[in-house]
Amino acid sequence: MVHWTAEEKQLITGLWAKVNVEECGAEALARLLIVYPWTQRFFDNFGNLSSPTAIIGNPKVRAHGKKVLTSFGEAVKNLDNLKGTFSKLSELHCDKLHVDPENFRLLGDILVIVLASHFGRDFSPACQTAWQKLVGVVAHALAHKYH
Amino acid sequence: MLTAEDKKLVQQVWGKLGGAEEEIGAETLWRMFQSYPPTKTYFPHFDLSQGSDQIRGHGKKVVAALGNAIKNMDNLSQALSELSNLHAYNLRVDPPRFSLQFLAQCLQVALATRLGKEYSPEAHSAIDKFMSAVASVLAEKYR
Repeated sequence: MVHWTAEEKQLITGLWAKVNVEECGAEALARLLIVYPWTQRFFDNFGNLSSPTAIIGNPKVRAHGKKVLTSFGEAVKNLDNLKGTFSKLSELHCDKLHVDPENFRLLGDILVIVLASHFGRDFSPACQTAWQKLVGVVAHALAHKYH
Repeated sequence: MLTAEDKKLVQQVWGKLGGAEEEIGAETLWRMFQSYPPTKTYFPHFDLSQGSDQIRGHGKKVVAALGNAIKNMDNLSQALSELSNLHAYNLRVDPPRFSLQFLAQCLQVALATRLGKEYSPEAHSAIDKFMSAVASVLAEKYR
């Protein structure tokens, strides 16, 4: 089980309270598809992904980004039971979606950069450290049920 | 492969730093040591406390090298040749730690906190590709 200090929990939940899940989710997913274009392989039915502008404006990308980050919010609420929280999603990503877990790491890093650009100086080194740890353990939890 | 557009974006981002390069270097290293403690194993000889002169000095060196690479993006191999030798034969930093982009991630966070919305998805993509290219060159001579 992952151990969180009181400070880490505060840095995570404190920042999360200020996050616009719809905006940040959309942005994080869009950036994933732009910065790592091969990730588009999972979204053949999303329509126009032909340019950064198209991706950013794509309503399916926005909607799915919101879905993904909302799910991430569950992690923030359940820091002490991430494996349990993501057990079903882990099975889904393996058995149905066939997503290489490496992609969870990529999205996690992108989310950190999105948070940095939104929160500026408030995204202190200590804040980044807590969040890098969180995205890392979420990625691990999502990969846990792979077989 | 870095396109002409990528190169332009990288230069633009760098151009917006307005003399804060040294600070960014130190901050990038500090963020890296905090977020990825194993990276500290390469600096047993350093005072790694926050704000240390050695972190500042080394951050300045790293950023200067990146700045030089940015001025020579059409020939990264040559521009980074000395550093490539250094990393391969002398420093021998574990190559996956390059491609695992710990330094690149922390540099991007430092840039994003300063540039906010200006750190657009396109700029993000270009910098990510650039740092990837730098990492490849530095790892070229490992074996």
